[in-house]
Amino acid sequence: MHEAVQAVILGVLTGGVYALMASGQTLIFGVMKVVNLAQGALVILAAFLSHSLFTAWGVDPFLSVLIIAPLMFALGAAVQWLLLRPLHQDDAALLSLLVTFAVALGIEGALTVVYHTDYRTTRPAYVDRSWRIAGYQVGEVRLAAFALSLITLGGLWMLLSRTRFGRSVRATVQNPVAARLLGVETARVAALGFGLGAATAAAAGAVYGMVYSFNPNSHYDLISRLLSVVILGGLGSLGGTVVAALVMGVASSLVGALASPVWSDFSFFVVLLAVLLLRPQGLFGARLRGAL
Amino acid sequence: MRRRLGRYRRYGPGLAGLAGLAALVVFPLAVSAPWLVTVGLFTLMYAALASAWNLVGGYAGYPSLGHAAFFGMGAYAEAIWWTHRTAGSGYGPFWTLPPIGLAVAAVAVPVAWIAMRTRTDVFAIVTITFLFVVQTLAFNLRGLTGGAQGVAMPVAPFTPATFERPFYYAMLALLLLALAMSYGVLHSRLGLALTAVRGDEDKARSVGVPVGAAKLTAFALSVVVTAMAGGVWAYYLSFIYPQFAIDPLLSIGMVLMVFLGGRGTLWGPVLGAFVVAPAQQYLAYRFGASQLYLLAYAALFVVVMLVMPRGALPTLRDRIRRAEARA
Repeated sequence: MHEAVQAVILGVLTGGVYALMASGQTLIFGVMKVVNLAQGALVILAAFLSHSLFTAWGVDPFLSVLIIAPLMFALGAAVQWLLLRPLHQDDAALLSLLVTFAVALGIEGALTVVYHTDYRTTRPAYVDRSWRIAGYQVGEVRLAAFALSLITLGGLWMLLSRTRFGRSVRATVQNPVAARLLGVETARVAALGFGLGAATAAAAGAVYGMVYSFNPNSHYDLISRLLSVVILGGLGSLGGTVVAALVMGVASSLVGALASPVWSDFSFFVVLLAVLLLRPQGLFGARLRGAL
Repeated sequence: MRRRLGRYRRYGPGLAGLAGLAALVVFPLAVSAPWLVTVGLFTLMYAALASAWNLVGGYAGYPSLGHAAFFGMGAYAEAIWWTHRTAGSGYGPFWTLPPIGLAVAAVAVPVAWIAMRTRTDVFAIVTITFLFVVQTLAFNLRGLTGGAQGVAMPVAPFTPATFERPFYYAMLALLLLALAMSYGVLHSRLGLALTAVRGDEDKARSVGVPVGAAKLTAFALSVVVTAMAGGVWAYYLSFIYPQFAIDPLLSIGMVLMVFLGGRGTLWGPVLGAFVVAPAQQYLAYRFGASQLYLLAYAALFVVVMLVMPRGALPTLRDRIRRAEARA
């Protein structure tokens, strides 16, 4: 029992990290109907940048988010503006999927050239410290990461629901043509939305670099997990993504603790399969333009 | 003049195809450097894989990113079957390929049945996730696959000077099989059904096109060739690991070649493979650096998508037609 509760605690905290990683994915899908296969690569890129800032200048990984996020924002906006915007409209969904895959390969290639393929972790002094609460271990980094996820997700939600920019984003999501008629510059909104999605990868990457060891290939591990989370949550639903991330985090952590760690990845795929068979629109999603 | 052009139109492609086939048959006999034959071997493999992918991704419009999983299944089936057997004269392992291809296709049908409940981008997501499922299985089912240590097959007892030849001809046979399938599909009701699916699946279903059966048939045909290519590849290397046998780059390679040459055309995938695969092999051979071809893949992909998203052949065909109309 003790083990199971410990696993649930770990799972919830891990789920927070997944929520952070997947929220960018969801935002990008929501705004542009683009499945961003580069989201994992963006997270790994941010993890490397954060690692470099820490080892070269001793910048605390949590603080490094403030430096990396604008860079990632610019990168994301550039990808949307330069590569995705000019695509032909008739099968933009498919082409943009492949272009984002190409971006992922490009990032992986560039990282391999600069950092080679050995594994590394960002290890600030507090990385191994943990608190004991009622007999359960709670790692400080994971808890801080969870808090960072909550802050970022809260900020994202505020931005989308309370600001003018957020309103134009939501208008673009609901009906791009009508939004354009009402004076929303949808192309610019899309670029900003993509940038925002990429910027969340900065926070996710800094955390990921402390919790896991990573190398340039690691984004392949992330792609399938993130996509499972996003599909379970219902493509494009931010709240659904958070719930799905927590469900997945707890499920994989429980499988890891009670069965075997090598099978914990499998819980993702089993859940994905069940979703596709039983409820293809996900937990909170609406059926979308014949995609499902 | 016009009549002569018509005759060329009629027989030209056939003759060109025969000439090309003859050149491919003679190539390993005429070339003495084994590494060139190896480049040829991999080029043919990719041409066969791309043509096979085109059946699903091109004709039916279902972009599978999971085909590397079926390639890996074929490779593992071949390697595991021959681990504890002697290869004898060395040709035995080639005869197990057809049953392996059919068996993997039998596994692929239920997978496709589930995955094809989704379309385009979501289908791509589901299939790439399937790829990682199979890769995880290859890592974790140690009793069967040897896990990260991989599986060894007996090394083929061919003389070193001409070692590559049997594998080269096996890949050539697979390419011909894939082309025959593509040709057959294009000129049959199945091809029409697939084109209808690609155009508008719901409408096609509503006018009575057997949508489900057509999609599954195309998928199964495509997997037969893919799995057999995996088998030949495993026997050629005689040692396989999960991360190379089930490699997302292989999937993306097929997609890139098909998109470069032209989706849904007979010769497009072959053209794409004959451009990309030798370049990739040459880079690997000359510089031995995989990150270079990652970058090259990425750049080429972006260029194709932005400049000619329909691929080289359809773009060229349009140009020629327009030029003729003007003349």
